[in-house]
Amino acid sequence: MNIIITIVVTALAVLYAGLFKAKKALLPLTLIGLVTALAFAVTAWDTNIVYYGMMEMDNFAIAFSSLIILGTIFIFLLTQNYFSEHSENVAEYYTLILFALSGMVIILSYTNMSMLFIGIEIMSVALYILAGIRKKDFASNEASLKYFLMGAFSTGFLLFGIALIYGATGSFSLDAINKYLIGNHQSVSPLFYPGMILIMVGLCFKLGAAPFHFWTPDVYEGSPSLITAFMSTVVKTAGFAAFLRLFGGTFAPLHDFWMPPLLAIVFITLFIGNVTALFQKNFKRMLAYSSISHAGYLLFSLVTLTGNSSSNVIVYAAAYTFASIIAFAVLILVKQKTGGDGFESYNGLAKRNPFVALALTISMLSLAGIPLTAGFIGKYVMFLNVMTEYHIYLVAFAILNALIGFYYYLKVIVAMYFKEGPEVELNTPVQYKLVLILSVIITLVLGVYPAVILNLI
Amino acid sequence: MEQLLILLIFLPLAGALVTAFTGNAAKYVALVSGLLSLAVGLIITAQFVPDARTQFEVNVPWIADLGIHFHAGIDGISLITILLTNVLVPIIILAAFKHDYPKPQSFFALILFMQAGLLVVFTALDAFLFYIGWEAALIPIYFICAIWGGKDRIKVNMKFFVYTIAGSLFMLLGIIYLYLQNPADNFEIQAFYQLNLDAEQQGWIFWAFFIAFAIKMPVFPFHTWQPDTYTEAPAAGTMLLSGIMLKMGVYGVIRWLLPIAPLGLNDWGSTVMVLSVIGVVYASLIAFTQRNAKRLVAYSSIAHVGMIAAGIFALNAQGMQGAIFQMLSHGINVVGLFFVLDIIFSRMKTNTIAELGGIAKTAPKLAIAFLIIVLGSVALPGTNGFVGEFLLLTGIYQYNIWAVVFAGLSVIFGAVYLFRMYQQIMLGETNTLTAGFRDIQGSEQLVLVIICVLVIALGVYPKPFLHLSEASVQQLLEQVNQKLTSVK
Repeated sequence: MNIIITIVVTALAVLYAGLFKAKKALLPLTLIGLVTALAFAVTAWDTNIVYYGMMEMDNFAIAFSSLIILGTIFIFLLTQNYFSEHSENVAEYYTLILFALSGMVIILSYTNMSMLFIGIEIMSVALYILAGIRKKDFASNEASLKYFLMGAFSTGFLLFGIALIYGATGSFSLDAINKYLIGNHQSVSPLFYPGMILIMVGLCFKLGAAPFHFWTPDVYEGSPSLITAFMSTVVKTAGFAAFLRLFGGTFAPLHDFWMPPLLAIVFITLFIGNVTALFQKNFKRMLAYSSISHAGYLLFSLVTLTGNSSSNVIVYAAAYTFASIIAFAVLILVKQKTGGDGFESYNGLAKRNPFVALALTISMLSLAGIPLTAGFIGKYVMFLNVMTEYHIYLVAFAILNALIGFYYYLKVIVAMYFKEGPEVELNTPVQYKLVLILSVIITLVLGVYPAVILNLI
Repeated sequence: MEQLLILLIFLPLAGALVTAFTGNAAKYVALVSGLLSLAVGLIITAQFVPDARTQFEVNVPWIADLGIHFHAGIDGISLITILLTNVLVPIIILAAFKHDYPKPQSFFALILFMQAGLLVVFTALDAFLFYIGWEAALIPIYFICAIWGGKDRIKVNMKFFVYTIAGSLFMLLGIIYLYLQNPADNFEIQAFYQLNLDAEQQGWIFWAFFIAFAIKMPVFPFHTWQPDTYTEAPAAGTMLLSGIMLKMGVYGVIRWLLPIAPLGLNDWGSTVMVLSVIGVVYASLIAFTQRNAKRLVAYSSIAHVGMIAAGIFALNAQGMQGAIFQMLSHGINVVGLFFVLDIIFSRMKTNTIAELGGIAKTAPKLAIAFLIIVLGSVALPGTNGFVGEFLLLTGIYQYNIWAVVFAGLSVIFGAVYLFRMYQQIMLGETNTLTAGFRDIQGSEQLVLVIICVLVIALGVYPKPFLHLSEASVQQLLEQVNQKLTSVK
């Protein structure tokens, strides 16, 4: 609870600071708040505090909260001058991001369906606005509207599902629902099944898993890059943890029922995400599609529910988050200089910016899953888990997809190192350097010695 | 003792890091690192007791939760490949001295990084570690070839990268499968050897591993990436690929494939034998028609490797020993050949055979060195090539007389196309292009002298090297045969 309070208080404080035109204080204030929240999260380890049956700060929630708070800190470090180019009211954007974050902490730790709904709404409403912060930009407006409509639509599914489950079990509490399932294993109410599927559909919408992914590329491309970074890393991780909490815990007794449709979703997601990413000429759009395929890999952990599922997800999510943050940071730098998102904007980048190019290379290798990077360990534990259940064809399919992934992730490396281009030198502010260095270090450390995070939960 | 192995693996890595930050002095730093590694390799050889035991063993938990250990050690077979790596890397670095590569620090750092990956592959006793080394060796060579390569480098290297990584992913699948079958929940090679898999499982494992290794070597029909990649790569890249990297595949077959999936070999051995022999003949025939010397040597390399593969799958002591010795001599010879072609290319800006000629007149020293290396490659008695090929042919003969008839053709073909190449490039009249050819000097001379000495020394007195691996090979074959007979 301390975590949420800290985040919300920080958000309000930032809003007031904005009111008094204390522009210089905004970022330090936010960072102090977030670091405090992170400290609260870390110290709450192993305490397992339950808040009135609504939320539970178990290690699962804490591990994921720490990850998303850290991710948000990195994203804030990248905001230097970013929002002020778009608008005068920077404080509002900071506040919105923080509100979204507080919503995410709720959906990591809910033990009641109503909290899941509230958390998702707090998170989503803030994101709808953030997607549209470039008020005069057509794409940004389109992204915001699309995201809003799709989001509202999927929330409808979610609510409908929750209502049906309430009808079947008479409770919103995850514990009670779980007890109901265990108690009436043979005679689960017929309302329950459609409820579960509707919730699955609603959450898949939020995660951008195929075939509910159609909003993702347009929204990711249209939104300001930094917001895209936030949505595709932090928000995705949180949404996934919410999914895992519900299906991996509460609905686990009905695994045999919901696993086949989920398996179908995984197949489609991997395939569509990868194949469409392959044909993109725009780096940002490629990242958007590849994020769909990463959602597919993450869903692997639910296909085979073993004791390791949550630790696998956190490894994968961490690998994916930090690699993506590098990618988006570089994307922003390149766009500032060249004005383009296409692969050709990266031509010859390595000549004048060896460090940035190296960081982006490591990020791409990690996203592709090359050994000695975090991404490899993430994919490896996922494959291992699926193999233990002898879904060998699924693994073979995933490996084929990984292969396609190598191809399109290499494209940007090829552009940076092997192609000739105008020799631009990027201005890399200190914060960007810091974020790049830290993310690279995390990516490599997790890749070489993943024991630090493995089996944490 | 085990410190030596740690030093062996991590010295190149440290060397790579230091080199990366040195600027223009990079080549000297890299050379020093290469020589230090060579010294460590020689100390290990001196302390090595030539019996079948695994020595200098290191075994520390790495990712304990996943059953992964940093477990490495050296036996006779590893030692030969380690020596090959650590002898060739300084030679390759020295061979690159005359080139003005842009960003030399990255170039040499990548070579050393690759060396570390190769050494991990050659010493790993944990399948996961092996896989990590396998990939860690690929990434640097990809960058070396794609940054400093010729004009078609991007397309060619994409093919190379996707091809090899496709192979290794299926190997990873095989490794995970073996891990899950292993009741001890680890990746220990000895535990993998002891698994009781049925013939069908072993068949799958066999192919999962074989494709990875076959792509690396490359064995027909997985070779299509190779000629283009060799041709487009910078000279040092070609030498690394042909001299050392393809031995990863050969080593993998000996160390992992045969002992783990002998029943797979039982079912599929004749298929891969046929593939290997087809590769030998096919590559030799294509080598005949090449106009570009670099491509010609690339195809001759496929032929040689096909022969090595055939020797291994013959599954007898001569074939295996021949394969191991031939790894060493092929590595030295092919690096020599590519280096000579690089010297010619850097002066004449062409490797097209028809445009050259009469170089021997203006460059007698180069002519002699080139001749010695060609003689080694065509396996003239008294050179290193002869020892390996003789053993290989003996081994293949015991397996099947027809196989040896066809494989033996490659020796004859090889002599014909390599001598023809030599004749057309070096002998005859000089033309306007080659008239001003400068003879070798400085570092070029040093490299070629070292290579020539190795060619002759290994040919005249191969015994110490054969002796190093003999006991290990014997033990390995016993192990495989035991498994095969216990099933029958």
